Amino acid sequence: MQQAEQATNAAGEWLDVGRLEDIPRQGARVVRRAEGDIAIFRTIDDQLFALRDRCPHKGGPLSQGMVHGLQVACPLHDWKIHLDSGQAVAPDAGCAARFPVRLDGERVLLSLLAEEGCPER
Amino acid sequence: MKEKLVLIGNGMAGMRTVEELLKIDPQQYDITVFGAEPCGNYNRIMLSPVLAGEKTIDQIMLNDEAWYREHNITLHKGREVLDIDRARRLVKAEGGIEVGYDRLILATGSRPFMIPLPGGDLDGVIGFRDIQDVDRMLAAAGKPGGRAIVIGGGLLGLEAANGLLSQGMQVSVVHLLDRLMERQLDETAAGLLKFSLERRGLQFLMEAQTEAILGQQQVEAVRFTDGTEIPADLVVMAVGIRPNVELAARIGLHCERGVVVSDTLQTYDPRIYAVGECVQHRDQTYGLVAPLFEQARVCANHLARHGIARYEGSLTSTKLKVTGIDLFSAGDFNGDEQTEELLLQDSSRGIYRKVVLRDNRIQGAVMYGDTIDGTWYFELMRDGTDVSAFRENLLFGQAHLGDSGHGDDNRVAAMADSAEICGCNGICKGEIVRAITDKKLFTLEEVRAHTKASSSCGSCTGLVETLLAHTLGGDYSATPNRKPLCGCSEYTHDEIRAAILKQALKSMSAVQRFLEWKTSDGCPKCRTALNYYLLCAWPGEYQDDNQSRFINERVHANIQKDGSYSVVPRMWGGETTPAELRAIAEIAEKYRVPTVHVTGGQRIDLLGVKKDDLPGIWGDLSRAGFVSGHAYGKAVRTVKTCVGKDWCRFGTQDSTQMGIDLEKMIWGSWTPHKFKLAVSGCPRNCAEATIKDFGVVAVDSGWELHVGGNGGVKVRATDFLCAVKTEEDVKEYCAAFLQLYREHAHYLERTAPWIERVGLSWVKQRIVEDDENRRALVERFLYSQQFSQVDPWKARAEGLDHHEYTPIKQLG
Ligand code: SRM
Ligand SMILES: Cc1cc2nc3c(=O)[nH]c(=O)nc-3n(C[C@H](O)[C@H](O)[C@H](O)COP(=O)(O)OP(=O)(O)OC[C@H]3O[C@@H](n4cnc5c(N)ncnc54)[C@H](O)[C@@H]3O)c2cc1C
Ligand code: SF4
Ligand code: FES
Repeated sequence: MQQAEQATNAAGEWLDVGRLEDIPRQGARVVRRAEGDIAIFRTIDDQLFALRDRCPHKGGPLSQGMVHGLQVACPLHDWKIHLDSGQAVAPDAGCAARFPVRLDGERVLLSLLAEEGCPER
Repeated sequence: MKEKLVLIGNGMAGMRTVEELLKIDPQQYDITVFGAEPCGNYNRIMLSPVLAGEKTIDQIMLNDEAWYREHNITLHKGREVLDIDRARRLVKAEGGIEVGYDRLILATGSRPFMIPLPGGDLDGVIGFRDIQDVDRMLAAAGKPGGRAIVIGGGLLGLEAANGLLSQGMQVSVVHLLDRLMERQLDETAAGLLKFSLERRGLQFLMEAQTEAILGQQQVEAVRFTDGTEIPADLVVMAVGIRPNVELAARIGLHCERGVVVSDTLQTYDPRIYAVGECVQHRDQTYGLVAPLFEQARVCANHLARHGIARYEGSLTSTKLKVTGIDLFSAGDFNGDEQTEELLLQDSSRGIYRKVVLRDNRIQGAVMYGDTIDGTWYFELMRDGTDVSAFRENLLFGQAHLGDSGHGDDNRVAAMADSAEICGCNGICKGEIVRAITDKKLFTLEEVRAHTKASSSCGSCTGLVETLLAHTLGGDYSATPNRKPLCGCSEYTHDEIRAAILKQALKSMSAVQRFLEWKTSDGCPKCRTALNYYLLCAWPGEYQDDNQSRFINERVHANIQKDGSYSVVPRMWGGETTPAELRAIAEIAEKYRVPTVHVTGGQRIDLLGVKKDDLPGIWGDLSRAGFVSGHAYGKAVRTVKTCVGKDWCRFGTQDSTQMGIDLEKMIWGSWTPHKFKLAVSGCPRNCAEATIKDFGVVAVDSGWELHVGGNGGVKVRATDFLCAVKTEEDVKEYCAAFLQLYREHAHYLERTAPWIERVGLSWVKQRIVEDDENRRALVERFLYSQQFSQVDPWKARAEGLDHHEYTPIKQLG
């Protein structure tokens, strides 16, 4: 996380996408873009995570799923995805690309540079 | 520093405990394992197939040594633990090894009971317990013309005898009583079993008592009390097992038949746990793996300091692992004055079934020849299901319950590997069997996690359970009686509902705190259930938690495979007008709705609406007079009607108006699962009222009320509740039934399985026979309706939950 933050900082690409309170606790909001939506999740204890809004199973919109602990359950067939890694919870396999996201005061900052490890699809 | 956990006994129960512990808390302990046997742990129950030449030792290993290394577990194999110093918390084993512990698990299993006979110590006299015994039997069978005598005609003895027979030995089984497997079988089943084993070539000496084993160094013959002698090269004693409590007794732990443990599997020394066959719990000892695995789960839970699980004893069922012989037994099948027996016997097909009922609940069952329904009976027995509704078909099995989901597919054993088991996920038999054997799966939940089979609509659950049973042999016994709501807590649906009322818990976090939830904020399974339970318990008080609803209910529309949504407005009683149709047509065109479909529930579905358009389309529908149809919710759905007496020449009452009135009364109500109704104008029943949750059929003298029907996955026709006279009566009974269901069913349980669980008479007592209770139910229902008859669509069209329907940011 730390490293990724620096990398994107260096590229100077943090984007202000809105306020923390715009995203419901245990919920998500979507940043819409031509290359495909990005979902920003907010956990019960206000941690933020951003993933490509596409389930590795059959492309379900993860933003519409239920956020519990550090996971989201896909709304289509209930795969569970780890928010911090984008990986599907075993025994399912697959991952959704991660994007750096952080809080600056009340503002939510997102980088559009997907992190290493999980290719954007 | 990590705490030190030492396991004594590298067998099935002990290692299962370690595996369960690793699953929930892999970090807490440094784990050391002592095993007297010279290898990793293996599936002991598969020794029978190994002996019969159907499996190899390699195939039955559960964890090899690499597994222990991978999990940082120190394994001292081939090292018997000789002593434990409880004061210094030190375990002492063969070879001078000493290891300290903070917590200790005793899982020393049991030993075969060897009858103290003259000659009992001769070479060639053995028990049947471990790999070494199997090796010795195979060695004896290797010599041509060998003769074996198995003492004991129980489960283990017969499996040994059958194995030796398939290895080419001449085998006699000696049994003290006149009936084989007397603890599991009644006379008839035992007779059938004996007959087919004899046909395979086994010989039996019934009611025979062994007096001595004869020979010099090596066994040569066995003599019986009546003086006869039979030559033998091998004698296998399988007359029973004794919990192995030697070590525990030596170090002063309280032992009776077994090591006595509490509901948390702790011995009288709370640092020392005990699990498995060596244990005595509430006066019971167990000799089958299913209860031991249950103990393992509870013990691991306690070791991981979750500390809320309790082991309360198990029901067990038995199968014999002799290929080609199907036999099943569970519970008390002997019966007494208060029980009734259902019998089915077809001698030429070699089929026998006996089910013993007490108060219409299964108390025991014995089956021979065709055991495919064994798991079903066991489940009914375990859950205490009232079987009166299908009693006349009980003996014919689950396939005969008009159960379109299962049907003849139940013949699992005969199915090809390529046969599809789970239609939802496209999983075939071969895949499931492979997963069970390769991944060492033991439970339905594990199969679901690994293959997805039966994880969707669940109609193939029975098939998957049967496959498990067939693949694992006797090892499998359905999941235990007490099913916690989900992995986040130890409590059942009923316990949770009771606590909510009794403790006046009025928020999700209050429930989770009071009942010691194990996760930070639950999971989709419990949160959706809790949200409903709270809503039902505290109408007007509990604030609905939107984030604890599945997407469809959260946004009040059905998500489609492409992420778009469908919109189904309510169409009261399935009736509409040209004006309404015109409005729908205009709205569909305005929003370019790609598909307009007439649904199976007599309404119009607008499919393919983009999420951002939902509030707009709802606003237009609302202005045209429509409200939400709740087609997306666990809620009151449609009321189908036929045209009735206004038009139909057979109609006896105004069924359409009745349907409309009912729908207007109950719409908007949240329910444990969806709730559907229909009203037909005469017994021709064109509205299909008899497969609805609440069905009304008009007759000349009034109205007949039917409940608990289900179309869908598993068709069930309704039960007749009662007949009433007036429209007002229909409404009263409908509201009462709906409220009873709302207050008592488990979340995601339709009325059909609910009624099968609680029994129709239970429902009748509360609604038909108790006027006061019925009226109280109606009152509670109508009170809660004050808060639920608010059109969610209109509210959202006016801006509520705006964030659900718009992106937080649009780029580019
Ligand atoms: C739209 C409709 C099919 C149609 O085009 O005709 C439909 C569509 C769906 N049904 Fe249905 N069912 C529809 C009538 C039925 C009926 C017939 C009826 O209601 O008379 C049945 C059988 C009757 C019954 O329920 O007993 C039916 C039995 C099911 C079941 C199996 C329920 C069961 O207890 O076995 C499911 C699965 C579930 O609920 O878990 C299901 C689930 C679904 C879902 C919600 C599947 C899903 O999760 O996406 C479908 C949503 C489609 C959508 O986006 O709108 N649908 N479904 C029908 C809507 C009726 C309405 O006006 O509200
Ligand atoms: C041939 C056979 C067929 C069976 N078939 C079935 C079946 O179909 N279905 C079913 O449910 N059950 C079956 N069982 C019973 C089932 O195998 C047992 O219930 C189960 O293995 C008991 O588990 P456990 O961990 O308590 O004991 P075990 O699996 O016996 O493990 C105990 C272990 O502890 C070791 N040990 C003992 N004392 C010490 C010590 N002092 N130091 C170190 N190690 C020690 C032993 O060597 C042994 O490895 C069968 C059993 C046998 C033998
Ligand atoms: S509408 Fe019903 S029957 Fe048709 S595909 Fe969907 S769930 Fe299956
Ligand atoms: S698309 Fe996400 S689980 Fe299937």
